[in-house]
Amino acid sequence: MNLLDPQGPVAAANSTILVDSVFIMLAIVVPTIIAILAFAFWFRASNPKAKFQPDFVYSGRVEMVVWAIPALTVILLGGVAWIGSHKLDPAAPVPGTGSPVRIQAVSLDWKWLFIYPDQRIATVNTLTVPAGAELNFQLTSSSVMNVFFIPQLGSMIYSMNGMVTRLNLRADNEGKLQGLGAHFSGDGFPDMMFDVNVISPLAFPDWVAATAKSGAVLNEESYTKLMQQGIERGRPTYRLDDPRLFDLIATQHIPPGPGPELISDAGRPHSGGHDAR
Amino acid sequence: MPAVRTVEAMMLGKLDWSAIPFGQPIPLIAGAVVLVAILAVLIWVVVKGHLPYLWHEWITSVDHKRIGVMYILLASVMLLRGGSDAIMMRIQQAVAYQSQGYLPPEHYNQIFSAHGTIMIFFTAMPFVIGLMNLVVPLQLGVRDVAFPTLNSVGFWLTATGALLVNISLVVGEFARTGWLAFPPLSELSYSPGVGVDYYAWSLQISGVGTLVAGINLVTTVLKLRTKGMNYLRMPMFCWTTLASNLLIVAAFPILTATLAMLLLDRYLGFHFFTNEAGGNVMMFMNLIWAWGHPEVYILVLPAFGIFSEVVSTFSGKALFGYRSMVLATMAICVISFMVWLHHFFTMGAGPDVNAIFGIASMIIAVPTGVKIYNWLFTMYGGRIRFATPMLWAVGFMVTFIIGGLTGVLVAVPPADFMLHNSMFLVAHFHNVIIGGVLFGAFAGFEYWFPKAFGFRLDERWGKRAFWFTFTGFYVTFVPLYVAGMLGMTRRLQHYEVAAWRPWMIVAAFGMAVLTIGVICQIMQLVVSIRNREALRDRTGDPWDGRSLEWATSSPPPVFNFAFHPDVRGEDAYWDMKVAAQQQSLDHTAPEYHDIEMPKNSPTGFVCAFFATIMGFALIWHIWWMVILGGIGAIATFVVFAWRDHDEYVIPAAEVARIDRINLEERRGLVSMAGMI
Repeated sequence: MNLLDPQGPVAAANSTILVDSVFIMLAIVVPTIIAILAFAFWFRASNPKAKFQPDFVYSGRVEMVVWAIPALTVILLGGVAWIGSHKLDPAAPVPGTGSPVRIQAVSLDWKWLFIYPDQRIATVNTLTVPAGAELNFQLTSSSVMNVFFIPQLGSMIYSMNGMVTRLNLRADNEGKLQGLGAHFSGDGFPDMMFDVNVISPLAFPDWVAATAKSGAVLNEESYTKLMQQGIERGRPTYRLDDPRLFDLIATQHIPPGPGPELISDAGRPHSGGHDAR
Repeated sequence: MPAVRTVEAMMLGKLDWSAIPFGQPIPLIAGAVVLVAILAVLIWVVVKGHLPYLWHEWITSVDHKRIGVMYILLASVMLLRGGSDAIMMRIQQAVAYQSQGYLPPEHYNQIFSAHGTIMIFFTAMPFVIGLMNLVVPLQLGVRDVAFPTLNSVGFWLTATGALLVNISLVVGEFARTGWLAFPPLSELSYSPGVGVDYYAWSLQISGVGTLVAGINLVTTVLKLRTKGMNYLRMPMFCWTTLASNLLIVAAFPILTATLAMLLLDRYLGFHFFTNEAGGNVMMFMNLIWAWGHPEVYILVLPAFGIFSEVVSTFSGKALFGYRSMVLATMAICVISFMVWLHHFFTMGAGPDVNAIFGIASMIIAVPTGVKIYNWLFTMYGGRIRFATPMLWAVGFMVTFIIGGLTGVLVAVPPADFMLHNSMFLVAHFHNVIIGGVLFGAFAGFEYWFPKAFGFRLDERWGKRAFWFTFTGFYVTFVPLYVAGMLGMTRRLQHYEVAAWRPWMIVAAFGMAVLTIGVICQIMQLVVSIRNREALRDRTGDPWDGRSLEWATSSPPPVFNFAFHPDVRGEDAYWDMKVAAQQQSLDHTAPEYHDIEMPKNSPTGFVCAFFATIMGFALIWHIWWMVILGGIGAIATFVVFAWRDHDEYVIPAAEVARIDRINLEERRGLVSMAGMI
C-alpha cells in the first residue's frame, strides 16, 4: 500500500506532486535547520570568539530576505497547488483503453458494497476492475460518513448519505491491491478494508459472467439486510436485480441504515460493539 | 412495578447500575485508583487543617497569578490523563496486528476520542491560558486583569468540563466518535449512548469558561497598560496573547453554536446534521473547522510569544525585527480564519475552491517562516545561555520547521488526496502541537516558574526532561509519518497489514521514551521543591530578564507593583536596569499610597459547582437536577451582582514594607546590570 509505489496515473501524479513539494521545501528547510543549530552553537555564551552584537536588532535587508524566502517558496508551491488541483480533480475523467467501467460504491456499517450497474452485478469487500480502463466511481453511504481510498491508485473521496460524490481512477497493472475506509465510522471501522483485484481486460467479461451466475440477488430487501451493522468476513457476490438500486440509496428512497439496535436504560448500546468483535 | 420504574426514571433519568462498567477492569481500576488518590488528598488536606488556607488563598482567589497557577495545575494533571490514553493507544496499535489487541473497539474508540478532547481542551488550552494569566498583567505593568472575578469563573468552568470528562470514565461512557464528534455518527441514531452527551456538555460548559477568559485577556491588553506602555512597546508575549484571545472571542462562539445544534438534534429531535429531514453533515464539517482551525492558532500563538521572550532573554539581546514580528502575529491571526476548508479537500469540492484554500493555507507559512528567521537572527550576535527554557526553544525551532513542512505539504490538495486522515496527518499535527504548543508550554513553565514561586527549577532534571521528550517525540512520530506513507489511516483498532507493524512497534517504544521525559519533569518538580532553599531567587530576576515581570519580586506581592512602572521603550525592564546603572540609582525614598485590590470571591467555585450538577443532570436526563443546577448557577451570579464592596485597601505602610524588602534584595543585582 506504499504511496510511493503507484499503480495508476492518478496515484503517480499525486505522489509526484507530493515528492516535488517536499524537495522544494527541503531546499529552504535544511539550510534553516543548519543555521539554527550553527548559530545556537557558535553564539553560545562560552565561546569567546563569537562577536557579541546586542544592537543587531533590526536590519531592513535581513527583513527583506526573511519575508521574501517563504513568500517565494509559497508562490512556487501555490502554483503547484493550483495546477495540481485542476489536473487532479477527483471528478475529472482519466482516459483509458476500452470502454469505461462504472462502479457505484456504498459504504455500509461496516463493509463496502460495489455495484456494477452496467454489468448487473454487485460485490462486497472486493473490487474487481480491468487494467487500463477508465473507472468512474460514484459514491454514497448507507449511514455515517466514510472515505473511499485505494492508496496505490490515488485520490480518496468521502462517501455521504443522501449525496453522491464522484471519483475517477485507472489501474495500470494487473495484480492485487488493497483499499480501505479512511474515515472513522464506528466500532467495525477497522474491518472496512477491501481487496482490489486488477485483472486483464480480456478476463474481465469472464469474471462478470461468472459473478452474474451467483445465486444471491441484490434488491431492496437483501440490501436492507446487508446494511445492518456488522462485519462481513466473506466476499459475497450478487446478481443485481434493479440497476437503479444505487439511486434509490442515494436519494434516500431506501432509508439510511438504522445504527445499533438495543439500548439499555444506562445508554450503553449492547449491540454493535459485540458484533464488531 | 411500573409506578416504581416511573419514579426511578424521574429521579435518576437514564442513570442506573449498568452505567458503572463492572465488566471492564481497566476503567474500573483506573477510576478506583484516581478516586482513592483524590480521597487521600482531601483527607490529608482536612486533617492537616489546610482547608481554610486553600479556600481563602486559592479556591476563592481572584488574583490573576493564583488563577494562572491553578490553570497550569489543571493542565498538568490532564496531561497525565491524556498521556495515559496515548500510552494505551500506542500499545494497542503495537499489538493489534491480525488480532484484537487488548482493547475492544468500544473501549479503544473512547480512548482516542478522550485523548484528543482532553489534550486540546483540558491540557493545551488551560496551559497557555494559565501562562497568559500569570504573566501578561505583570508584563503590562498593571495590578490585575480587567475582570478578576470573571477570570475565576472562567477557570472553574474549565475545571467543570475536565471533571465531567473524567466522570465519564466510571459513570457511563465517553464519546466513541473521535474528538470532533462528526455527525451523523454522533447523532442519536448511531451513538445512542451518553458518550457524545458527556463530550458536548463538557465542551459547552468549559467553552463558556474559555470565552470569558478570552474577553478578559483581550480587555486587559487593550485597556490596562501602565504609563508609556503603548502597543508597540508591549512584549511579544502580550501581542501573541492579544491575537490568540481575539481568536478565542471570534471562534469559540462558533463551537458553542455548532455543539448547541448537535445537542438540539440529540435532545429535541431537530435535524441540523441528521441524515434525514434535510440535515446537512457537511455544514457541521464547515462549522466545526471554522472554529477548529483558528483553535490551532489560539494554541500556538502564545507559544510563539513564549519563545520570543525566551530566545531574546537567553541571547541577551532584544528581539530581532520586533515590528515585523508584530505584523506576522496579526497576519496569522487574520489569515487563520480563512483556511478551514483544507481539513476536507477530499469531500468533493471543486478544483477552484480546493486550490484557493490550499494557497491560503500556505500563505500562513510566510509569517510563520518570518518568525523562525527572526528568532534565528535574535540568536545571531547574542551570548546564548543554554538554560532549560532555551533548550526547549531551540528544540522547538528545529521540530516546528519539520511540522511546518509537512503542514504545507498537506495544504497541497493533490498531496492531501493521498494523506488526508492518514497516520501522516496524525504525525503532522502532533509535530506542530507537541513541537510547538507543548514545547512552548514547557519552556514557559521553566521560564516563569521562579516568578510564580520564588525559586528556580532544578536544571539537571530539566535538561533530562528535555532530551527524553525531544528524542521520544521523534522516535514516536517519525514512524507514524512512515506508516502514513504506507497508506495507514488513523483510528484503527486493529489491522492486517504486515508492513505497518514494525513502525507501530517503534512508535510504542518512542512513547516509552516520551513517558520517561514526563517522569523527569515530575522528578524535576519534586527535587526542586525539596531543594527550594538552595534554588531560592531573592532578586526577582533570575534570568537577567528584559520585560516588566522581572521588575517585581518573586513571587510578586498581590498588588504586583508598588508603583505603576513608567515605560520608555521596548524591553522596559532592561532599559530601567541600564538607566539605573548609568545613574548609579539615587535612592530618594518614594512616597507610597494605599492600593485597592479586588476582594476574594467564591462566585467562580460555587457557580462551577452548580454547573457540574447541571451538566451531569443534562447528560443523564435528570430534569429536576438540571433545574436545580441552573437556578443555583444563576442565583450565584445574582448574589455576586448585588455585592456592596468588592475591593479592599492595602494601607500605604504595608505597601512600603513589602516594597522595601524587594528593593533591598534587588539592589545588589541592579548594580550588576547594564554592564554590557
